[in-house]
Amino acid sequence: MLVLEKNAMTEEIEQLVEKYGRSRSSLLPILQDIQRKHKHIPDFAQQEIARLLDIHPVEIYSVITFYSFLSTTPKGKYIVRLCQTIACDMQGKEAVAKAIERELGIKFGQTTKDNKFTLEYANCVGMCDQGPAMIVNENVYTKLTPEKAIQILSELK
Amino acid sequence: MGNKGDFRVPVSQVPHSVPIPEDITGIGGTVSVEINEKKISVPLGTTILEACKKVGISIPTLCHHDDLCIAGVCRICVVEVEGMRTLQASCSFPITTPIKIKTSSPMVRKARRHIIDLLLSEHYGECYTCFRNGNCELQNLAKEYGVDSYTFGHIDKPRFEVDNSSYSVVRDMSKCILCKRCVRTCIDLQEVGVLEAIGRGDKTHIGTFLEKPLADVICINCGQCINRCPTGALRANDPSDAIWEAIDEPTKHVVIQTAPSPRAAIGEEFGLPAGTSMTRELNTALRRIGFDKVFDTNFAADLTIIEEGTELILRLYNALVKKGKVALPQFTSCSPGWVKFIEHYYPEYLDNLSSAKSPQQMFGALIKTFYAQQAGIDPANIVSVALMPCSAKKFECNRPEMNSSGYKDVDYGLTTREMARMIKEAGINLPEMPKSDFDSPFGEASGAGLIFGATGGVMEAALRSVVEFVTGNKTEDIFERANIIPLRGFEGIKYMEIPIGDKVGRVPDLIKHFIPDWNWLKGATLKVAVAHGTANAKKIMEDIKSGGKFSECHFIEFMACPGGCLGGGGQPIPTTPEIRMKRAEAIYAEDESLEIRKSHENPNVIRIYKEFLREGPCSHLSHKLLHTHYVKRGRYIA
Repeated sequence: MLVLEKNAMTEEIEQLVEKYGRSRSSLLPILQDIQRKHKHIPDFAQQEIARLLDIHPVEIYSVITFYSFLSTTPKGKYIVRLCQTIACDMQGKEAVAKAIERELGIKFGQTTKDNKFTLEYANCVGMCDQGPAMIVNENVYTKLTPEKAIQILSELK
Repeated sequence: MGNKGDFRVPVSQVPHSVPIPEDITGIGGTVSVEINEKKISVPLGTTILEACKKVGISIPTLCHHDDLCIAGVCRICVVEVEGMRTLQASCSFPITTPIKIKTSSPMVRKARRHIIDLLLSEHYGECYTCFRNGNCELQNLAKEYGVDSYTFGHIDKPRFEVDNSSYSVVRDMSKCILCKRCVRTCIDLQEVGVLEAIGRGDKTHIGTFLEKPLADVICINCGQCINRCPTGALRANDPSDAIWEAIDEPTKHVVIQTAPSPRAAIGEEFGLPAGTSMTRELNTALRRIGFDKVFDTNFAADLTIIEEGTELILRLYNALVKKGKVALPQFTSCSPGWVKFIEHYYPEYLDNLSSAKSPQQMFGALIKTFYAQQAGIDPANIVSVALMPCSAKKFECNRPEMNSSGYKDVDYGLTTREMARMIKEAGINLPEMPKSDFDSPFGEASGAGLIFGATGGVMEAALRSVVEFVTGNKTEDIFERANIIPLRGFEGIKYMEIPIGDKVGRVPDLIKHFIPDWNWLKGATLKVAVAHGTANAKKIMEDIKSGGKFSECHFIEFMACPGGCLGGGGQPIPTTPEIRMKRAEAIYAEDESLEIRKSHENPNVIRIYKEFLREGPCSHLSHKLLHTHYVKRGRYIA
């Protein structure tokens, strides 16, 4: 990371700490804000948050690795999370999965070269009666068919 | 430690802890409890585990440790509580209402057996190739509960690579059972925060920041985690093979220095009760193993007092008389764990750190210069070993700047545990050894050097000399039998003021060329403080940063390990508060039994300043051999 980037990051975190407070319970909202903006939480940001909240960097790393919506490696602009649990699976998840992979040209767990899409599996998203379901960033899409899924993604492209 | 309210973790992470009322004779102060049909009454808030201990029922534990906060994660301590649907973890269940407990019902036995079986199913490794063989809490439980087969299978491939990167601590996470004792040690007890649980569910493992090797993260090498690990997942980096090789090589002259704390603790490895001093028996054992000379680290501790004490006096003189800009308070630098801690977290205060080396490194430099000269041995052929209670000493002797003799000053740092194993390997039963003395030219040291092993010891040793230098009175006339009691004991932070008074003495010859007289100290009050465990060190540092009471101190002793060296990370396992207390008693008792108890009265120290370090303490040669510099490491990892 360049010094300028580091300074900007420090300033950003200082503002977040100002906003959410210095207690340990502010950690998650701060991490979520950084994840939303930068699509990941850089190593330097983890150490800065640790310094400002007076906890240890490893504790922050521990929290990030615990939650699947937080990550230490950069993700695409749109994160596509297809539900992989049994109800969606029985309602045709496999066909949807193949269609999405073909449409985006990547496998699950990968990010497109233009950093636009990241494709992941999610465990139950609570839409078992309307499966197959997927989440794109913070929007839920249900009753997917391969065609419908492709259409949703091509609109984002 | 002790007071559970001290932990920095939020209330939610200190589960089910109920403060025990101060006055238990009042109404509701106690609660009656029936354990296996035996009725007793315990203070409100006592955990089931503590209550059972009182009636002599032992309950197995893995994640519980007397030094650490309650975790309740391993579940091995479950008991049946009447009226509750599920089994309860006794370590984290405070008794607040009258209850009936069964500690050995069929359900409890089956649950415990299953927990052990499940732990074993993921615990990789064979017991005979493990350094904790015979002293492993998991192995003991398997034996106690009659595990004769692996009910849930047994992993046959390691899940993780062994992390060998650190000079001090080796991590073999395939043996980890996720009790999180190391996590709580590192975060709560030491405030260093190297280890945490990484990942989730069956992927959970104990790891470092960004999964970096231990050598690349901010680890102070104190080894407290090793001392608390119930299995062999954490161990010290063992140099004993290289030492055997040196002993077997006839051209090598192998010398060893022994620190006071291992001597007070090594007996525990041979089945003796804690607090049995083995100093002289150890001398004989070491010679029989094949060490050519056995030296007393306390000699170097005495030297440290002279060097560090002179440095303090010079700093005070420069500040008070010459009105120069001097970093005060002066911090001790004997504990390599503390030194690395301040290098990482408070690099702006490195000027406050005494430039004097630790006794181990001072001795190392002298062995390969003064001793080599006297004995007529080529220093290239000397292999210098240090028996220490400490894993950070292994890192310290490998610091690149520690070669002022022209060679690596100390070749190997050996812990108490490793030494005990070498002695056993040589077929020697330590307690049966005849007693023998240390070798010349360094010989016997003073009691002041000896008490370096306990928290407050360095300060007490320094004061015994400084007070005598300045006031001209005998230390014994000021403190009864020269015991400075306020500096002893296991309170996290100790503070003391010593008024100098209006009568000052004569400046001793050793430092006469620095200062003409003591008049500038008339009526002054010397303020000193002592901290042990880096969590307490952090409290003092934060206080100094904000200009509090400790910023007005003149001299502060810091030790990285709780209890000082006697509770070091290289000491026998287990180390508990009671055991630390016994070891301290042994050290103080040995100190009282000695004739010479002040560093400046040690005849060998006086001699070395006459014959070798002729220009006196803090002179050119002593700076070259006995002083060092530090690295501003900072808190960021690239």
